[in-house]
Amino acid sequence: MLKIDNLHAEIGGTEILKGLSLEIAAGEIHAIMGPNGAGKSTLAYVLGGRDGYEVTQGSATYDGEDLLDMDPHERAAAGLFLGFQYPVEIPGVSNVQFLRTALNAQRKARGQEELSGGDFLKLAREQASALKMNAEMLKRAVNVGFSGGEKKRNEMVQMGIIDPKLAILDETDSGLDIDALRTVGEGINTIMRKPEKAVLLITHYQRLLDVVKPDYVHVLVDGRIVRTGGADLAHQLEEQGYEAIAEAA
Amino acid sequence: MTETLQLPTRRDEAWRYADLDALAPVWPDIAGKREEILVSAGESASRQLILEASDPNVAVETLAIRLEKNARFALHCLAIGADYGRIAVEVTLAKGAHFELGGAILGTGDQTLEIVTDVRHIEPGGTSNQVVRSVLGETATGSFLGKVSVARDAQKIDASQSVKAMLLDRTATANAKPELEIFADDVKCAHGATVGELDKQALFYLASRGIPPAEARRLMLQAFIADAFVSLEDEAAHDAIEAKALAVLEAIT
Ligand SMILES: Nc1ncnc2c1ncn2[C@@H]1O[C@H](COP(=O)(O)OP(=O)(O)OP(=O)(O)O)[C@@H](O)[C@H]1O
Ligand SMILES: [Mg+2]
Repeated sequence: MLKIDNLHAEIGGTEILKGLSLEIAAGEIHAIMGPNGAGKSTLAYVLGGRDGYEVTQGSATYDGEDLLDMDPHERAAAGLFLGFQYPVEIPGVSNVQFLRTALNAQRKARGQEELSGGDFLKLAREQASALKMNAEMLKRAVNVGFSGGEKKRNEMVQMGIIDPKLAILDETDSGLDIDALRTVGEGINTIMRKPEKAVLLITHYQRLLDVVKPDYVHVLVDGRIVRTGGADLAHQLEEQGYEAIAEAA
Repeated sequence: MTETLQLPTRRDEAWRYADLDALAPVWPDIAGKREEILVSAGESASRQLILEASDPNVAVETLAIRLEKNARFALHCLAIGADYGRIAVEVTLAKGAHFELGGAILGTGDQTLEIVTDVRHIEPGGTSNQVVRSVLGETATGSFLGKVSVARDAQKIDASQSVKAMLLDRTATANAKPELEIFADDVKCAHGATVGELDKQALFYLASRGIPPAEARRLMLQAFIADAFVSLEDEAAHDAIEAKALAVLEAIT
């Protein structure tokens, strides 16, 4: 589904991704772990198409198409979802308005019929309830005044509503309390653990991986994947730290 | 007998940012023309004003409003459409009266649009609240000149102004000029003015959820100007003026 080959990317002339390769097939969940500043969020942003990143070498193909050639909203319409490490506040725009506009824009781009206000609200309430988010929060301005954990939960409600094919989730678990982490983890399983879907999970903690069991764990250090293993690699990292793993690689 | 009024000059504070060349040909027709509005003691009134111009493409609306004791008046207006458009409002407030202004200045090309207010608190206990939002593209100029004067002995006045402009292009110009003339000592006058551009992070966030750039900009601009209309209580009137504003946004973005 996603094939990243020898990807090099710069921000403001500094190379952050230095030849990263990764392949994700439908039905798989991959986790990426790695020290602060290794380039995990950079990878997520490059895949999402944020401005300011220059890809100098390599490629990223999504369902056989050149992902890097698509605009961010086209990537979304093609089924890519980016869960933000720091979700953005948008004053004056309600969650409902935001998500309905987003979902209908995607549907339109795919040649599907737009969802009516009533049908959308029903869907939004279902997803909020599945992630134990108070439906009242749907009426509030996007992320404005949300706590850190509430923002992350809101990201997952958005994912549930949008129902993407490939989710790249950047530290969705950070900032969540223990119960919220379980709810969010189970949400990810419900929404994304399907034969036709895939997930790239960026995380620092084993705890999320106990709920969302990855098929592969990659270690990203200094802009490259230095090691790949199964779910047990995460345990090993937790015990030994990145340095030992990176050196052994 | 009507006396001929001289064409204003830039030295005249209230005309400082005006497009006087555009004004000159229509000046003989409009000089001194003003709509007088009186709101009697204890009454409330409201008004929506949308600038319209044809040929020449100049629109000037001047309102003179007198609010008697405890009267309330709400004006919601759009400075749009004209090459040169001006909404000038002079308000005199008696004891305990309230004046509410919600205005949007929406322009592009080389439009010059302005809202000029002169709010005079002549007796104690009055309040005024002015909210103006501008969205300006290309080389448009949008100006808000808000003068508030508080007479001696007009104590316990609460007058506030919130003025924000969003520039769609670096070449557009926003002017915000509060002017306070206060002769009483127990008075609260708050004013805030900002000029900014659309938040790139927010635009990317919207795009990442599948919203095309033009629609994302509109969504954010709609939220931005909505502040100007929140004080319009009549739902139908609120929706009508907002819809008009959105149609203009659609055309200028
Ligand atoms: N706009 C920028 N300008 C310059 N350097 C940047 C910019 N954004 C990120 N970087 C640098 O790129 C490197 C990678 O950052 P990135 O956010 O991808 O790390 P990360 O692996 O996600 O870290 P964390 O675990 O702390 O979230 C860091 O050294 C960071 O300082
Ligand atoms: Mg990060």
